[in-house]
Amino acid sequence: MHPSAAKRNGQAVIHLENVHKTYDLGEIQVHALRGVSLEIREGEMVAVMGASGSGKSTLMNILGCLDKPSKGAYLLDGVDVTNMTKTELAKVRNSKIGFVFQQFNLLSRTSALENVELPTVYAGLPPEERHKRAQRALEQVGLAERAHHHPSQLSGGQQQRVAIARALVTEPSILLADEPTGNLDSRTSVEVMDIFQRLNQEHGITVILVTHEHDIANYAKRNLEFRDGKIQRDIAVRDRLMARDILPTMKSVGEEDAEEEAQQEA
Amino acid sequence: MDFWSTFHLALRALARNKMRSSLTMLGIIIGVGAVIATVSIGQGAEYLIQQGIEGMGTNAVFISAGSNRPSGGARQGYWGVKTLTVDDMNAILREVPVIREAAPVVFTRTQVVYQNQNWNTRVEGTTPVYFSIRRWNVSAGTSFSDEEVTAAANVCVIGQTIAKLLFPAQDPVGATIRLREMPFRVIGVLESRGQSATGDDQDDRILAPYTTVQRKLAGITWLHYINASAFSPEAAQNSVPQIEALLLERHRIRNPEDADFFVSTQSEVADIANQTQRVMTMLLGSVASVSLLVGGIGIMNIMLVSVTERTREIGVRMAVGATENDVQQQFLVEAVTLSMMGGTVGIVAGLAGSAMIANLLQWPTLVSPTAILVAALFSAGVGIFFGYYPARKAAQLDPIEALRYE
Repeated sequence: MHPSAAKRNGQAVIHLENVHKTYDLGEIQVHALRGVSLEIREGEMVAVMGASGSGKSTLMNILGCLDKPSKGAYLLDGVDVTNMTKTELAKVRNSKIGFVFQQFNLLSRTSALENVELPTVYAGLPPEERHKRAQRALEQVGLAERAHHHPSQLSGGQQQRVAIARALVTEPSILLADEPTGNLDSRTSVEVMDIFQRLNQEHGITVILVTHEHDIANYAKRNLEFRDGKIQRDIAVRDRLMARDILPTMKSVGEEDAEEEAQQEA
Repeated sequence: MDFWSTFHLALRALARNKMRSSLTMLGIIIGVGAVIATVSIGQGAEYLIQQGIEGMGTNAVFISAGSNRPSGGARQGYWGVKTLTVDDMNAILREVPVIREAAPVVFTRTQVVYQNQNWNTRVEGTTPVYFSIRRWNVSAGTSFSDEEVTAAANVCVIGQTIAKLLFPAQDPVGATIRLREMPFRVIGVLESRGQSATGDDQDDRILAPYTTVQRKLAGITWLHYINASAFSPEAAQNSVPQIEALLLERHRIRNPEDADFFVSTQSEVADIANQTQRVMTMLLGSVASVSLLVGGIGIMNIMLVSVTERTREIGVRMAVGATENDVQQQFLVEAVTLSMMGGTVGIVAGLAGSAMIANLLQWPTLVSPTAILVAALFSAGVGIFFGYYPARKAAQLDPIEALRYE
């Protein structure tokens, strides 16, 4: 069981206070974030929504310690990361944050297991420990038997599951997913949401995901809507979708193909 | 991230582009191979010269007749004066204790005739000591004795070249040849010495008692030079001022500038020869190292391409916790691995190349461990130097930009 499960719904994992982000593009200044204050607690599952240019990507970069706020403060797990050096931020990313990308971003010609191991390499773990953890993370996403496949031998959904395993392997405080279903068909999208929900429910992992699809956002517990660099709406999801309940009602890819063939024959 | 993980990573990355990696390495292979081959050829030449010099006797001191002083307006140069005698030699042996032995040498050129064959050669008159000083033995027959010197006997020892020319199908020992219409009995044949350091055929000569050469062939009473030998190379050096002082006194010359002799040692000759050779080796080596430089630029080029190609990978690595240092190290180790592997193959290629040259040209090549070590270190240095910039470039990528890179 994930260690943070014990203190789920406890203190704030993320605390933003009046965060501004300004990009200086020479002549003009772009205000990507204009004063965002936000608190996300242990065990939450939050969907961040908004049109492009609304500031949601900038927020994700700051939450993921890839970028620093121009003004304001960011406390991650109670630690102020606002003024950390690049090397310190790299360590924070390594130990506290798991990234899942729209493009999966797996290393090609590298086995699933080695892809998952990647963060543990930078954590300085010994090889046996790395294997053990990567294997366990792959089990968590149901891909243990594909450990030695290369990304090109895996479907899009499987690749994204490997990416999720990679994000999990260092047992981070938060999982940051940037349009995780953007490149997946609808059934696979729900499968991926199922994994996120299970990790959130069963292991108490805090999940924050960016999406522009409302139905994907409905799998989260809380929705944040961004507009012009500010939080426009912050609501709890009322009729939350549970992927586990929806999956049985969906046709599998194989069934769809069979149906199409049947139609063509008819 | 520990070194082995980084190294393993580098090997994986290089193996992913085998063709490209090996072509990049080729630059270093050629560079290192060329350096190793040229240096070993150069050192082979040095060895040849060393051998030639040792043939003259390692501790040799030469006292040559000759003068810087103008005589009637013309400077006489080597061999031009008539003042160096066997008495001088005996005085040196008596009064300069570091000199172990000495042989007088007088020479002339003359026609040598045997039956219907003839040849023009150098006849050197000396004593039996000459053979031991030059460590030169006879391969057949014997050398002449002190008694034969005293008696000015008409005996001689001939070099291999003469033996081949005058006696193509016959044992020369015991035959009688004619020098200046006088009969000389051949009592021995010298071992072959081949070319000297300066390129003369050392086997093209006849040795005879110096008394015989002085009186019967050259018609002179003086010596051309004295070939002396000291107890050690240092003693040879130390003997020079002593011999100079002694001879100046014996020849009653006040001003050393007016000396009618030159004293030189083998080590001086050796130094000059070695220096010349070393300059040649360095020249060849530096030409070869230009190709090493070009190889290094090849590595830099490929590493820059690789960094650009793998921008996204770098972004992912940074996102999951690679520090700038980790990324820099990764690319640097890749560059150094490339250059070191190239260096290793290059050393093997260089050794093979120099062995081939040794075989084809009959030229001894000498591969020194120093040269190999220097080549190995140099190729590592090339990797570090030319890998640094691309690695730095990779490390300073912005992870957000890198992740967005298409």
